[in-house]
Amino acid sequence: MSPRHFSLKTLAAAVAAAGLSLSFSAQAADTIKVGVLHALSGTMAISETALKDMALMTIEDINAKGGVLGKKLEPVVIDTASNWPLAAEKAKQLIGQDKVAVTFGCWTSVCRKSVLPVYEENNALLFYPVQYEGEELSKNVFYTGAAPNQQAIPAVEYLMSEDGGEARRWVLLGTDYVYPRTANKILRAFLKAKGVADKDIMETYTPFGHSDYQTIVADIKRFAAGGKTAVVSTINGDSNVPFYKELGNAGLKATDVPVVAFSVGEEELRGLDPKPLEGHLAAWNYFMSVKNPANDAWIKQWSDYAKAKRLPGQSTKPLTNDPMEATYVGIHMWKQAVEKAGSTEPDKVIAAMAGQSFEAPSGFTLTMDEKNHHLHKPVLIGEIRGDGQFNVVWKTPAPVKAQPWSPYIEGNDKKKDEPEKQ
Amino acid sequence: MTGYLRTLALLACLALPCLAHALTPEAALAMARGEGSSRIAAMQAAIADDPDERTAAFLRALAANEVAVADGRALIVRNGQAQDPVSGETLPLPASAEGVMNNNRMRGAINAALAALDLFAADAGKRLQAAHAMRQGASAERLPLVDKALAQETDARVKQALEQIRASVHLNAELPAERLAAIATLAGDASPATRLLLGERMAAETDDQVRSELQRALRKIDDRLAWGERLGVVFTGASLGSILLLVALGLAITYGLMGVINMAHGELMMIGAYATYLVQGVFRQYFPGAFDAYLLAAVPAAFLASALVGAILERSVIRFLYGRPLETLLATWGISLILMQLVRTVFGAQNVAVENPSWMSGGWQALPNLTLPYNRIVIIGFAFAVLALVAWIISRTRMGLFVRGVTQNRPIASCMGVNTARVDTMAFALGSGIAGLAGCALSQVGNVGPDLGQSYIVDSFMVVVLGGVGQLAGTVYAALGLGVLNKFLEGWTGAVLAKIAVLVFIIAFIQKRPQGLFAMKGRSAEA
Repeated sequence: MSPRHFSLKTLAAAVAAAGLSLSFSAQAADTIKVGVLHALSGTMAISETALKDMALMTIEDINAKGGVLGKKLEPVVIDTASNWPLAAEKAKQLIGQDKVAVTFGCWTSVCRKSVLPVYEENNALLFYPVQYEGEELSKNVFYTGAAPNQQAIPAVEYLMSEDGGEARRWVLLGTDYVYPRTANKILRAFLKAKGVADKDIMETYTPFGHSDYQTIVADIKRFAAGGKTAVVSTINGDSNVPFYKELGNAGLKATDVPVVAFSVGEEELRGLDPKPLEGHLAAWNYFMSVKNPANDAWIKQWSDYAKAKRLPGQSTKPLTNDPMEATYVGIHMWKQAVEKAGSTEPDKVIAAMAGQSFEAPSGFTLTMDEKNHHLHKPVLIGEIRGDGQFNVVWKTPAPVKAQPWSPYIEGNDKKKDEPEKQ
Repeated sequence: MTGYLRTLALLACLALPCLAHALTPEAALAMARGEGSSRIAAMQAAIADDPDERTAAFLRALAANEVAVADGRALIVRNGQAQDPVSGETLPLPASAEGVMNNNRMRGAINAALAALDLFAADAGKRLQAAHAMRQGASAERLPLVDKALAQETDARVKQALEQIRASVHLNAELPAERLAAIATLAGDASPATRLLLGERMAAETDDQVRSELQRALRKIDDRLAWGERLGVVFTGASLGSILLLVALGLAITYGLMGVINMAHGELMMIGAYATYLVQGVFRQYFPGAFDAYLLAAVPAAFLASALVGAILERSVIRFLYGRPLETLLATWGISLILMQLVRTVFGAQNVAVENPSWMSGGWQALPNLTLPYNRIVIIGFAFAVLALVAWIISRTRMGLFVRGVTQNRPIASCMGVNTARVDTMAFALGSGIAGLAGCALSQVGNVGPDLGQSYIVDSFMVVVLGGVGQLAGTVYAALGLGVLNKFLEGWTGAVLAKIAVLVFIIAFIQKRPQGLFAMKGRSAEA
């Protein structure tokens, strides 16, 4: 290689690099960075991968329609690896280094609890898209999933009604961590308020990743011999498959002992043969089977996106679910609030979020509460169908206001329905 | 011939209205539309006296979710074609047709109505089933039907079941004598349903004599139910034990005999489970008729897939690390991460669905309160078959002899002309293949996802260490012992504490007896 040749090449490379960096800085000036903070590996990858893809699809869609405030959104995707201390570090990186305007992320309550101090300290914004146990209200978080009164309590009321089978005895079954424990504490207090005696409530927990439900199913069977029983399951994603398999094989049918689950959606049923589960219930704020134009369009958009990007699993059988809807709604609401505020400044966006509304795929117009950072959401109860979808058997006529501080927990009546001023 | 039959059927159909209670469009609509309670009332009215074949067909269509409502009439919809439930004529499907939805309550009512129709079926087995189905929610309105069925019943077992239905209604009769008679009939049936009925009566009963009679009956039933529960614990323990045995057997070879701390053992199981999933897909695509047999083909496929991966691992990584346990541990752990991520990239992070073939779904009702699921029974059998196979290979075949020889004294075996490197590869592949078999079995009871192996790796090491390294028999006793111990504790303390208690027990046991249940004796132990 002659020296001249070499220098020419170097020059070309230098020019190219300069051009690149130029275009990069030009791009950086008119984009808004948004963080997507989900577990893409580890135990929670099953559930959270779809949320990451949904966030990317929504951002791409917003960009195709002109972006926000005339700027394109630039997603910064971070994998928490289902490791919660790491999630806090990654959140710090998103805010400090990447300077994102907002973060959409987390699934488990423990993830939210560990990143929360980071967001509060830096006065940044987090949109949390999953149903949770309440008992929290931060100025820096918008909760687009359900609070207990938007999911758990209506489900139990339904099972007590004539159509739900008039259950008198209750099995509260969950994975051993903060969400099931708190949810069951609220439910126990609620059941007691409805006149259910302590001996008619059985509360059981299993470790994370528990896979042998023989004893528990046998216990449920024995307990059900004492009167019409319903099971309220807060079993976490992965363990549901062995639980339902055992239930089906032990001959416990939904007509005898219905199981209502708060963490089982279309995505969790993917790994299951749904035939033996027909009739068991789930309570959510959205089901894929809901028929309305907004939902049809959204499902089509997702299927096209999944096929175009060849998302594993989703491209052959695209599924939407409640937390995905909450992610989608959250991103759109943030966009609306930014446009209203004319800025991505967290304090201005927080003020502009109050009262934002969005026509959601659930067929309802969801509104962000003026004060409490939670959405007003409809409650839908669905029975599992033979094809892994849900039949909506009951729904609220209108969206319900969230009660992050459940009135069934002592001392909550004194708590304010809005974040504390800092 | 068929034409003749059809004419006959048509004639019967035309003649029926004057004999039987025929289905009317109004009745069909009332059963399909409206509030739950009014639909159930319409259904009970329709089957009250001598319903015709059309009513039964309509109810069956309702149960199969094949009924739709359009323009104020109920239609049976099959394969995109509508049929009038009353006249039977085929119609084009109206665009406004809306499928009728049944919730659990409706499904229960439809099944009860169908059972009421089946009470008069020709097949005694069907009648018995119908009588059992009618037990639930039996009420006074059903009595005329039951009495009628009882009058013409010839089969003793069906008769008994029908009498129990009568008794469960009479349990709430006005006269104490009638109640006593009902209790005497019901006391013979030790099922949880009867226990529930009698328990409910007990709460409402005021008559002293009836109360004491009830108490006696309840005690008798409880005694018999307790047996079912005890057997249930033993069975669940054996079932958990058989799964532990399966997951630990492969490790008993790779770790126990060869001394390789294989952290990727769980991932080899995962590969076996995914092989099962792929075989299932092939059968669904190309041999849908033989779908139920897919599992038989999946067993060798899972074995070969995992054995192949195991052989590649041994040849490419592990053989360079013999005698360096720490490095083996780290390297195999890294391999496990790579394998998991590989599967995640190819199949996605989500779990995949592996269906039980129909002969493994459901269970065998051994006692009124004890159902033994077929998949568990099959897995127990499978675990022991694999155990027998492994024991035979290790103790009776030439390859087993080589494996034992090489593990006991490598240089001497080598001097005798044994190709030790090849034996190592074969042994490791065998252990891996057995892990694949475990994965195939696990796909029938649990999740199939990239993390499948992670949840079993600790358990499998626990079993091998507890049983005593280098001993197959120890592995068997440890697996079954841990299974039963775990299940007994779980019934007593709950799943979370049971898991902790078992771990504490193992730690304490290993402190006291580091060599495990069965230690290798003789010279090879010191080697």
